[in-house]
Amino acid sequence: MTTQAPHRLEDEFTSEHHVYEPHKVGLPPIGSYVRELWRRREFAVELARTNLRSQHFNTVFGQLWLVINPLLLAAVYFVLVDILRSGSRGPEFFAHLMAGLFAYYFVQQSLNQGVRSVVSGGRLILNTAFPRALLPISSVITAFLRFVPTFLIYIPVHFLSGLSVGPQTLWLIPILAILAVFAMGVTMLVAAGQVYVRDLKNFLPYATRIWLYSTPILYYSHEVPDRYDWILTVNPLASIISAWSTVIDTNHAPALNDVLIGTAWAVGVFLVAAVFFVSREREFAVRL
Amino acid sequence: MPSGSDPKPAIRVEDLSITYRTPIERKPTLRTMLVRAGRRERLVAEIDAVKNVSFEVPRGSVLGVVGANGAGKSTLVRSIAGILPPTSGRVEVNGRVSTLLALGVGFNRKLTGRENVVLGGLAAGWSRDELAEKYDEIVKFAELKKFMDYPMRTYSSGMYGRLAFSVAVTMDPDILLIDEALSVGDARFKRKSFRRMRKLCEQNRTVVLVSHALQSIKDLCDHAIWMHEGELRMWDDPESVIDAYTEFLEVGEDAVTMEDV
Repeated sequence: MTTQAPHRLEDEFTSEHHVYEPHKVGLPPIGSYVRELWRRREFAVELARTNLRSQHFNTVFGQLWLVINPLLLAAVYFVLVDILRSGSRGPEFFAHLMAGLFAYYFVQQSLNQGVRSVVSGGRLILNTAFPRALLPISSVITAFLRFVPTFLIYIPVHFLSGLSVGPQTLWLIPILAILAVFAMGVTMLVAAGQVYVRDLKNFLPYATRIWLYSTPILYYSHEVPDRYDWILTVNPLASIISAWSTVIDTNHAPALNDVLIGTAWAVGVFLVAAVFFVSREREFAVRL
Repeated sequence: MPSGSDPKPAIRVEDLSITYRTPIERKPTLRTMLVRAGRRERLVAEIDAVKNVSFEVPRGSVLGVVGANGAGKSTLVRSIAGILPPTSGRVEVNGRVSTLLALGVGFNRKLTGRENVVLGGLAAGWSRDELAEKYDEIVKFAELKKFMDYPMRTYSSGMYGRLAFSVAVTMDPDILLIDEALSVGDARFKRKSFRRMRKLCEQNRTVVLVSHALQSIKDLCDHAIWMHEGELRMWDDPESVIDAYTEFLEVGEDAVTMEDV
């Protein structure tokens, strides 16, 4: 054996000794998969950055558009809702709407980027052996990098609309983490799904729009009439966004119920999606 | 061909078969799935790309793979790279593999050459440091200094191939898998890449070379295999294999086949 860098680990993708044997759809050894994933985390970050760059977000106007676009949408939704409510909405509702919308766009962007991630990585997938989960992970990172500037814009709005901050505001961090885990899960689902059903990405805009309307963003969750309560129950994002909004709107800790249900959804979806994705990923090379 | 002489060859392929099941349409969509379900038909092609192939590649040797289009050459090489799982049989590889499969670095033509190299390297498991260390060497070998910051869609196919080759050989592989790469690049670059491959072999590295350029195979390889419709037709020294193959093609060793087609 010739020289070997010491940090090369014994594993499926880079070891010095590989044996490939037939397998049914199944999971590779989880330990080495995760280790490889971690070792190549730079790839996911770099791909996310490159994606942003290729979408021209490294230019001044690109950056500006990144912020203006969601801001305009928030304004449009505010006017719309305010008209429907006969002009009874105050500035604190605008803050609620904007914060909720931006958090929601984080998930939506993850999905939009992620649905293409595996299919457009075709050449890389055909020619390099690496953990494919890096591709959807990178999409979530891209979406997060887009989320950060919009959140910065939100901060002055928060104060201008008379809302306050306090120690409870720190709840936003774990809630965002739950949201990220959830986004990761659904993104892996659509990324793998797109390989099998290529028009998934055409349905996605409709799905995400309906999802937005059924999440308590354009309204407060306590305003939902009883007969529509079930929508919030079946919508995984409802609890997470409710928790998020509680902290934003009231500067109180979120309802424990929301946090627990939200976490359960996020972890559950993530695990199902990870098993689905990872157990299928070796088939991707044949399907592309 | 004698087998089993080396207790631990670089590559050992035992009774390998690979069967794809792919939907026939290029892009499987929900619409076509529904239409088809309505008609109760399932159009799935079953392709036996590789059938019961066994061979081994001793350490430090160059194996040439020849065969007509669709003979299963690329599938075979992809399974050695660990990209396609075997349907049955076994592939054993001893060493770090670097692949140059159908010119595959530039996975995203919208990105620049530099971005492609960085992303490809990181995906292959290089660290940032290794990458920074080797980047200049790659660019220098490919002679593409001026073009690294242009999107790869502006590259000619020769430039494309040069960059791909440079990345693959700079990865410092124990085993280098090259698929159809030598037919790109001009004569000078081709000579340069020959020398580089020879050097890799002298360092006891192993090379698998898939090419339609029969002269290249003759010049470079220690052994050759001939794949025909997924089966291993022949495994011998390059001269005999290529003689048999050209005879089979009924074209004879004229200039066209010996040169890069």
